[in-house]
Amino acid sequence: MTAAATTPPPRWVRFTPLQRLGRFATYLVTVAAVVWSLKTIEIIPEFLYDAPEQTLDLFRRMWPFDWSYYPKAIHAALIETFHIATLGTLLSLVVAVPFAVLGARNVTRVPALNWLANFVFVASRSVNSLIWALLFVAIFGPGALAGTLAIACRSIGFVGKLLSEALEEARPGPVEALTALGAPGPHVLLKGYWPQIEPGFWSVTLLRWDINIRESSVLGLVGAGGIGVALDAALSNLYWDQAGLILAIILVVVLVVEVLTSTLRRRII
Amino acid sequence: MSASARVRHADPFPPHWGGRALKLLVVVYALYAASTLDVTWSRFVSGLGNGAVFIARMFPPQTAPDKLQLLYEGTLESLQIAILATFFGVLLSLPLGFLAARNLMPRPVVWVARAFIALCRSLHPVIVAILFVKAVGFGALAGALALVVASLGFISKLFGEAIEEIDMKPVEAARAAGGSFLGVTIMAVLPQVAARFIGFASYQFDSNLRNSTMVGIVGGGGIGAPLFTAYQRFDYDFVLTILITVIALVLATEALTGRLRRLFQ
Repeated sequence: MTAAATTPPPRWVRFTPLQRLGRFATYLVTVAAVVWSLKTIEIIPEFLYDAPEQTLDLFRRMWPFDWSYYPKAIHAALIETFHIATLGTLLSLVVAVPFAVLGARNVTRVPALNWLANFVFVASRSVNSLIWALLFVAIFGPGALAGTLAIACRSIGFVGKLLSEALEEARPGPVEALTALGAPGPHVLLKGYWPQIEPGFWSVTLLRWDINIRESSVLGLVGAGGIGVALDAALSNLYWDQAGLILAIILVVVLVVEVLTSTLRRRII
Repeated sequence: MSASARVRHADPFPPHWGGRALKLLVVVYALYAASTLDVTWSRFVSGLGNGAVFIARMFPPQTAPDKLQLLYEGTLESLQIAILATFFGVLLSLPLGFLAARNLMPRPVVWVARAFIALCRSLHPVIVAILFVKAVGFGALAGALALVVASLGFISKLFGEAIEEIDMKPVEAARAAGGSFLGVTIMAVLPQVAARFIGFASYQFDSNLRNSTMVGIVGGGGIGAPLFTAYQRFDYDFVLTILITVIALVLATEALTGRLRRLFQ
């Protein structure tokens, strides 16, 4: 990538020596890391020999699907997954919006509060939703409540960070006009900032909802409710025909939701 | 929406009734859904008690040498899974991204490629890991393969979109000069997207590292297995040790890849 044009006397170089060194070091470290991982990762060759056989066996066990399982357990679990994802997203909005306002440096001019909000966002994002689910299952017991709280906690950082960035990018014109007229703080927020970030707000919400539908499908593996519970039961009983049906349903739901949210988001922006 | 002609200054914030109805609907739904969650005051209070016990049992974090050895091995394996999954995921996304770019490929190819990408992206990596555990057995390979699938889903999509946004003039020039398909790709397309591609790859590495700590829950190797075992055995102090390590690792990696992205713009 170090394209150095060798035209006239004052030789133009695209990167400084330090940048080139950094890039070279990155490539070197990447290659070294891959080689190291390949050499030391533990792979059991005996398992690999019959992989094609096992894969075929997997599909043979899955098909035909056990359709009778759908009304028995899957339908209710699917609805619960939907509730978990949606409620979790809404709940995260309730918490994320105030923190987004605190985190935006042009709205809240107190560095300590900006720092606090950013800390909350980083804490929320750096813990996987499955780990959040483990924590809430330990606290509130297994069930959809733990799942909802896990989804909410994981989403706060995502939504809050994007919202506070949107606030920081808002044009100062309308805000200054309102301030000059003597509008109180809440009015400035509602009429100066909100109309500017509203499309972004809904777009971020829909994006996170889409992600949450996907994430809430696995929360059941640790007991936090939703379709994952049905999947876990099917897997531990080795009922692959039920597991296959659940996977197919998750696939369809996720694809439908993705098409829906991407269409909506394109209309909003 | 439009004010009558007499009024010179229309209401700058006209009410949007459709939007309001939709918001009301969302609130009603939220109340209904919350009612199905079975949240009661007594459950909340007992939850607080459980939470206090839970947190009390987490401290101090477990630092017994044998546990630390377990932690070290698991974390290393997670790191290896993330590195390999990102490397092979990126390698395979290059051709797949090309196939999914509408400005370079015929329509049928694009649709097939996009359907495949959507399929890769739609299942959560942990669920994909379940399938690979069945196919190739317990261990790091299953986790790495699951994350390769996840990487394919994300990078090829973004890469395909990045290729669709390129300036077609160099491509046309290279074609007019008689460049072969490979020549056009290397000289006219890749230079325009290479920098963004490195950005996608580094983001995917962050994401893969997060998920590589989770695939162990279903037997896909890495730190997830000791974490889940410790959790099920109520060894919450060891859970805390693992969590601290994982979070520190993720944050350190994010800082590092952030610097890399700035280096490569």
